[in-house]
Amino acid sequence: MKTTLITNGHIIDPANGIDRVGDVYLSGGKIAKVDFEATVRKHPHDLDVIDASGLVVCPGLIDIHVHLREPGQSAKETIASGTRAAAAGGFTSVVCMPNTSPAVDNASVVTSIKDRAAHEACVHVFPTGAITKNIAGEELAPIGSMHKAGIVALTDDGHCVQNHELMRRALEYARMFGLVVMDHCQDYNLVGKGVMHEGYWSTVLGLPGWPSLGEETIVARNAQLAELCDTPIHCQHLSAAGSVRILREARKRGVKISGEICPHHIALTDESIRAFDTNFKMNPPLRTQRDIDALIEGVADGTITILASDHAPHCGYEKEVEFDMAPFGIVGLETELALFIDILVHKTKAISLSRLVEMFTREPASLLGLDRGTLSPGAVADVTLIDPDCEWTVDKAQFQSRSRNTPFHGWQLKGRAVRTIVAGETVWQL
Amino acid sequence: MSAWTRKDLLGIQELSAEEITTILDAAAAFKQVGAREIKKVPSLRGKTLVNFFVEPSTRTRTSFELAAFRLSADVVNISATTSSLTKGETLKDTAKNLEALHADIIVLRHSSAGAAKFLAERLDASIINAGDGAHEHPTQALLDTFTIREKKGRIAGLHVAIIGDILFSRVARSNIHALLKLGARVTLVGPSTLVPRVFEQMGVQVTHRIDEILADVDVVNLLRIQHERQRKEYFPSLGEYTSLFGLTKERAARLKPDALIMHPGPINRGVEIDSEIADSARSVILDQVTNGLAVRMAVLYLCAGAQPAHV
Repeated sequence: MKTTLITNGHIIDPANGIDRVGDVYLSGGKIAKVDFEATVRKHPHDLDVIDASGLVVCPGLIDIHVHLREPGQSAKETIASGTRAAAAGGFTSVVCMPNTSPAVDNASVVTSIKDRAAHEACVHVFPTGAITKNIAGEELAPIGSMHKAGIVALTDDGHCVQNHELMRRALEYARMFGLVVMDHCQDYNLVGKGVMHEGYWSTVLGLPGWPSLGEETIVARNAQLAELCDTPIHCQHLSAAGSVRILREARKRGVKISGEICPHHIALTDESIRAFDTNFKMNPPLRTQRDIDALIEGVADGTITILASDHAPHCGYEKEVEFDMAPFGIVGLETELALFIDILVHKTKAISLSRLVEMFTREPASLLGLDRGTLSPGAVADVTLIDPDCEWTVDKAQFQSRSRNTPFHGWQLKGRAVRTIVAGETVWQL
Repeated sequence: MSAWTRKDLLGIQELSAEEITTILDAAAAFKQVGAREIKKVPSLRGKTLVNFFVEPSTRTRTSFELAAFRLSADVVNISATTSSLTKGETLKDTAKNLEALHADIIVLRHSSAGAAKFLAERLDASIINAGDGAHEHPTQALLDTFTIREKKGRIAGLHVAIIGDILFSRVARSNIHALLKLGARVTLVGPSTLVPRVFEQMGVQVTHRIDEILADVDVVNLLRIQHERQRKEYFPSLGEYTSLFGLTKERAARLKPDALIMHPGPINRGVEIDSEIADSARSVILDQVTNGLAVRMAVLYLCAGAQPAHV
């Protein structure tokens, strides 16, 4: 059996409280052991040695908010290209969203995604299922059969169940299967046709505003529902200061509600839209410095526990239209880790690198009950090697993703995954 | 004309006061042409201008068309109903096709904010913004400031009230930029739903009580009020609007005797403005239309002359 030794790296494994230099042994696709003894190494012939000196060695990173676009939108992305992008970004597991064509709202689509992933994905793919049929927000999708088929969570991402009564029943029903409901928080009446944050810049540019209130209202609703049903709700891609405040207050009371943020919401403000570049258009929209400060504070004090990309590929021609007509979303898998390290660890020092790793490993694994995110012996040998000080320039032409819709082209960042190992095999190396 | 180097006119926001003045001065010269017996000059002879109107408009399109004729340009009109945009062609592709036909100037009216800039970034032709969503309508602001300057002799130091549906108005935004750059004081007036306080961050004053400012303003610029479906949650009825914000005879009587009354048209008689007031001596609404022609001649002349080969 082939054994791999990752030697002399700075091991960060929050699930086991490890944060020191040592060796990690992988064997048969599993973690064999983590060793801190400076043993004299007599390497047998079948031992592959990876020198990780100066690098962080951590459990493979997990992104719980990714659009792989398959089935049905393979011009934007496929399971093959999307998972290559994930690997290049340091991710060994992705949780994919159900707003495909057709939507993941029944067991057969779940099964087809899992089959396709088994053949073509280079990282683990965990599908989610829709809360409602065809993501239309009107009646429950067959949650029980999708659970049997292997979904790891429920979400109508891209859409938001507006009917509070239906959302309540969805939570009650999901509880029977231990499934977390993840919500894209958007009140349709308040948001209307909004395409950017409602504020000074939407006023100057004459673009329809998407007010923070449109998100906060639904976060508040979710806090009340999670409390009533005693069932977890995860609020996706939070963008507004008020959402953090509501989440903080609810969590303090023990309500099972959690939140995630995406890098663009702490890297950019609504002012970036002044040139009408559609690569700055996403949902929810870029907001203000005040919101950025609140999101970062939420990460620092533990209110926000999950970091994710909301990787949303679109074809160039789809984005190259009038601003209000362009689809929402940007690709993120290949810039996400660097942006988060750069902003949260290097620039604002909001959290330690160890906490950042925890937010990409133990936290998402624990939220969704995934047997990933740990270097415990016997765990799947998913490992990411990170150079937290690597300085590099984003070049969208180098992306593994099929799409190039990023606002970060040309950005100079610090921190990068240099090797991604999935079940013992290196699937990407810088 | 040394102050003008742009091939496009996309908005007022990016212009300097000097550039605005350059256009207004050129417009003054072109206005004289309109008073002659032969109203045509050869400045744009051999140039092709496309009036590309993806949103309906009669007066702005006609004004640009006449302006182009008077400069001896060849003019083609394309409207949303005849254009292939309705067949699913993108704005970029339609525009590229126009360029392939060697259009020198494209005048664009479009319902999306940023549409003119979108074209300007992709085409070598001069792009003139004839209104993009709620963003800008630069030639309207230029003809408004031209009219004020013509009647008052200056812009700096004047107090201008813009009254009506500011939130959805590109005319208001372009006027705010132009008036502030030229040194005027601007007060926005209207219902709190249509004139949110956030506009104060642009450097203007906001009030929801028209009667407080009437005696102090030198110019009132009234915007057309519509009450179609989209506006029903912004104010309850046209009648209530008129009672709160309409320029009635009583209110007009409290204006300074030499105050100018302006309106970009088309006017709703009896709604935002009393019918008799619209026709009164202080109303310069038709002067605005006449000046619009001169201003658009100036804009076409300057932008066409500033095409890459000449800069």
